[in-house]
Amino acid sequence: MLKYISRRLAYTLFLILFVSITVYFIFDLLPVDPARLICSKQCTPQIVEANRHKLGLDVPVLEQWWRFIQGLFAGRTYGDGEVAFSCPAPAFGYSYTRHECVTTMIGKAFPVTLSLALGAFALWISVGVSLGILAARKKGKFADRASSVFVLVGTSLPTFITGILVVLFIVLQFNLVNPLELGDWANPFTDPLGWLKAFFFPCATLALSYAATYTRFTRSNVIETSSEDYIRTARAKGLSEKVILRKHTLRAALAPIATIAGLDFAGLLGGAIITEGIFGLNGLGKMSITAVLETYDLPVIVATTLIASTFLVVMNLIVDILYAFLDPRVRQS
Amino acid sequence: MSENILEINNLKKYFNSASGGIFNQKKGLVKAVDGVNIKVKRGETVGLVGESGCGKTTVGRTVMKLYEPTSGQIIFDDKDITNLKRREMKSIRSKMQMIFQDPFASLNPRHTVGTIIEASFTIHGVKPEGGTKKAVGELLERVGLNPEHLNRFPHEFSGGQRQRIGIARALALSPKLIVADEPVSALDVSIQAQVINLLDDLQKELGLSYLFVAHDLSVVQHISDRVVVMYLGKVMEEAKTSELFSSPRHPYTKALLSAVPVPDPQLERKRERILLQGDLPSPMNPPAGCVFNTRCWKVQDKCRVEIPQPIQIAPNHTLACHFPEPAN
Amino acid sequence: MTKFLEVKNLSVGFPTPDGLVKASNNVSYSVDLGETLAIVGESGSGKSVSNLAVMGLHNPVSTQISGSAVLNLPTGPVDVISADPEIVRRLRGKVMSMIFQDPMSALHPYYSVGDQIAEAWALYNEGSKKDGLKRAQQMLDLVGIPVADKRVNEFPHQFSGGMRQRVMIAMALVNNPSLLIADEPTTALDVTVQAQILSLLKDLQKEFNMAIILITHDLGVVAQVADRVSVMYGGQVVESATADQTFYKSIQPYTMGLLDSIPRVDLTGSHRLRSIPGQPPSLINLPAGCAFAPRCSFASEVAENKCRVTEPELVEKSTEHFARCHLSVEELSTISISRAGK
Repeated sequence: MLKYISRRLAYTLFLILFVSITVYFIFDLLPVDPARLICSKQCTPQIVEANRHKLGLDVPVLEQWWRFIQGLFAGRTYGDGEVAFSCPAPAFGYSYTRHECVTTMIGKAFPVTLSLALGAFALWISVGVSLGILAARKKGKFADRASSVFVLVGTSLPTFITGILVVLFIVLQFNLVNPLELGDWANPFTDPLGWLKAFFFPCATLALSYAATYTRFTRSNVIETSSEDYIRTARAKGLSEKVILRKHTLRAALAPIATIAGLDFAGLLGGAIITEGIFGLNGLGKMSITAVLETYDLPVIVATTLIASTFLVVMNLIVDILYAFLDPRVRQS
Repeated sequence: MSENILEINNLKKYFNSASGGIFNQKKGLVKAVDGVNIKVKRGETVGLVGESGCGKTTVGRTVMKLYEPTSGQIIFDDKDITNLKRREMKSIRSKMQMIFQDPFASLNPRHTVGTIIEASFTIHGVKPEGGTKKAVGELLERVGLNPEHLNRFPHEFSGGQRQRIGIARALALSPKLIVADEPVSALDVSIQAQVINLLDDLQKELGLSYLFVAHDLSVVQHISDRVVVMYLGKVMEEAKTSELFSSPRHPYTKALLSAVPVPDPQLERKRERILLQGDLPSPMNPPAGCVFNTRCWKVQDKCRVEIPQPIQIAPNHTLACHFPEPAN
Repeated sequence: MTKFLEVKNLSVGFPTPDGLVKASNNVSYSVDLGETLAIVGESGSGKSVSNLAVMGLHNPVSTQISGSAVLNLPTGPVDVISADPEIVRRLRGKVMSMIFQDPMSALHPYYSVGDQIAEAWALYNEGSKKDGLKRAQQMLDLVGIPVADKRVNEFPHQFSGGMRQRVMIAMALVNNPSLLIADEPTTALDVTVQAQILSLLKDLQKEFNMAIILITHDLGVVAQVADRVSVMYGGQVVESATADQTFYKSIQPYTMGLLDSIPRVDLTGSHRLRSIPGQPPSLINLPAGCAFAPRCSFASEVAENKCRVTEPELVEKSTEHFARCHLSVEELSTISISRAGK
């Protein structure tokens, strides 16, 4: 088991490094020149050249990448002379448009994304899974049919429509949150109410389509597990329906859901671009989309891409190990 | 022309298996068939019996070249087909057909019965005299079905009838050998007899040879001329049916026969049963020496070390054992 | 004399969009402690369905059950068909247990076998988890699983088919039930393993003085273990007798046909099997009259086409020997003899 984990860890590490190299190469191949973009209207070739040097683009791609990796561990100095700027480790880069270390930017944006992801996750799991179990138990009856309507609506509505509808018809209509304060960050530990104000609706919006999918998934898993032979055996033993549901059916039906939930959650940790945009949240999603569409801020793009993929790759490993704990058949020969 | 329609010489079929679940990716070798010799004479039925994991189904499929043999030789109708590629096998296939176990899974539910049987003609580019439809009708009649039903779908037939459809399909191109893989195990008892009788009749009528793979000894005894007993990929004993069942010489065959219940209560009460201890070893990890040594009540040191070679203990009776049982 | 389990006129039906599936129709049988009753039949005969009703394992919403199945307990008789489901549930695993055909899928893949057996024990016994596991280990030992102390913590997928069935038996018997219903327990197993399991069941029966109902389609198995036999066809019991009577003196055409149609290892035969023509009936559209009539070779000998019109009753034709057929014992034997002569 230990051998397996260490092997997977090594593989994960390799994967992350590979992603980072790929990102550098992709951006190198793109036709846009970041050195020119950060140049203001009065652009001269010398300024562009200076920018290129500042951005570290005047060296080969692999060396750019290597400098980046070094920066992660040892901190890095950008530019030289009097405009030099130092970012402490782990240095993800320096944003010239924002005049900030990327690491600092991430430090501000990540808690927002994390709040959004956690809140949505809690909502969609509690609603989706319980609704799914209810629908399975009351199969064919009203509760089941109502839940299928929910599933249909939830999976059909994309986040940008749900979000806009929520903002227009709930938040603004009932003046629940001051529109100027929408998206303002509040520390959940010191200002829980403020945090709720900022995050309840975005989390609910984001959770809707996930909840719908999980309802459907849970429902079909529970129905399928309920018809398995070992459930009949449990009944033949004299166990009550409640115990059978809890100990036998759910244990088997929810195991695959746990693993998928982990991966969905990890996907959100890289930022929920649309939701953050609609609700004005300054999370990683906003950060990355701004860097790509508006400022072409290469260091920020590299950093956000790398972070998002790292979360997924690591969660993949965690989920595999988790599944082995849940299902003994997967563990050994 | 030799007297054998089929000759299998030292046939081996090994499968690679990456087993071990998520944590130990052990590479294993499953020795499904490990050196098997079988001869089927023209017009003869050879029954191939054994319990799960013995390799009998794999033998059947390898003979049909559904699996490529790992080593050994397959000679069909005097032609060495061991290394023939798919294209070259095509013409052979019309003479060698297979009937499968599951009458519900072996017929395409989206094709009519007529289409299913017709396919044999179409694939081999054969245009029967009087047209395909007539030929299909005749085949259906021969297996005891109504020729007018050729426009029906498989789900409209019962298990026994579907098995008959499978047989009709196999007969379409007048094969010389039919490999039957557990053709009656999935059928109700009262239907089994119908299909067994049909197979019997067809053999007499058409001079077919059968390689009959089954685990049900009673059925095998009824239909076979000779029987081959397999265990963990190897042949334990081979003899004429009457001799094998009345005078088994291999301990495994004896144990196997003693385990088969007979529908005769008084006989059952009087019987001495040999109860084998323990479980079937895994085909991935067969015992050294004689593969049966872990469960044999006569086991001696020699059995754990030396693989017994097949010896002819009586005319047309071979077995692989260091310490055979005495004849009855 | 009342036996431990008495099933009377048990009918189980499943309403479907195409009509009511009469899976079992006025079925009666009984079994006593220390006795083995074999219920024989092919698919669709109703043998499993009736016994699932006795255990109370049908879905009450989608099943119509009528009749009675009385367990004559020391504390008084209980009709499991009409009793409160909670009462029946408290009998499952304690007074009556059931084991099923496919041991591969009948055990929960995520829990160790020890946990699953201990769970059954804990339902009706006071004790800690450790006590439960200890009892589980004892049971594994009893059913012949070697190295029980280690294997009690292993998972079902680590056991072979035969071993898994032994685990099922251990789990079913952990609370010393008086009745064990075994539904095709050896059909999915190799024949050498089958012999082991059947021998084990017989030994355990003696030790616990249990009643055993063995459901099977294999007449050889019946001959090996049964004291009494009930033959079922088309959802009904067509013959009920001792094992010897069933095999040597059968007075029912279906049973007779079945016995004639099975190949036997002990008869070196190039004789042709006498098969029963046709197929088992559809349970939605049962034929009028006798369910077996369309396939019965004796039906033509009955006057006025009676077999196709009137359903025969299950009647005691000889001591403790019941059969469902319009022909009397003498008539049947006369016809059989004249046919054998030809």
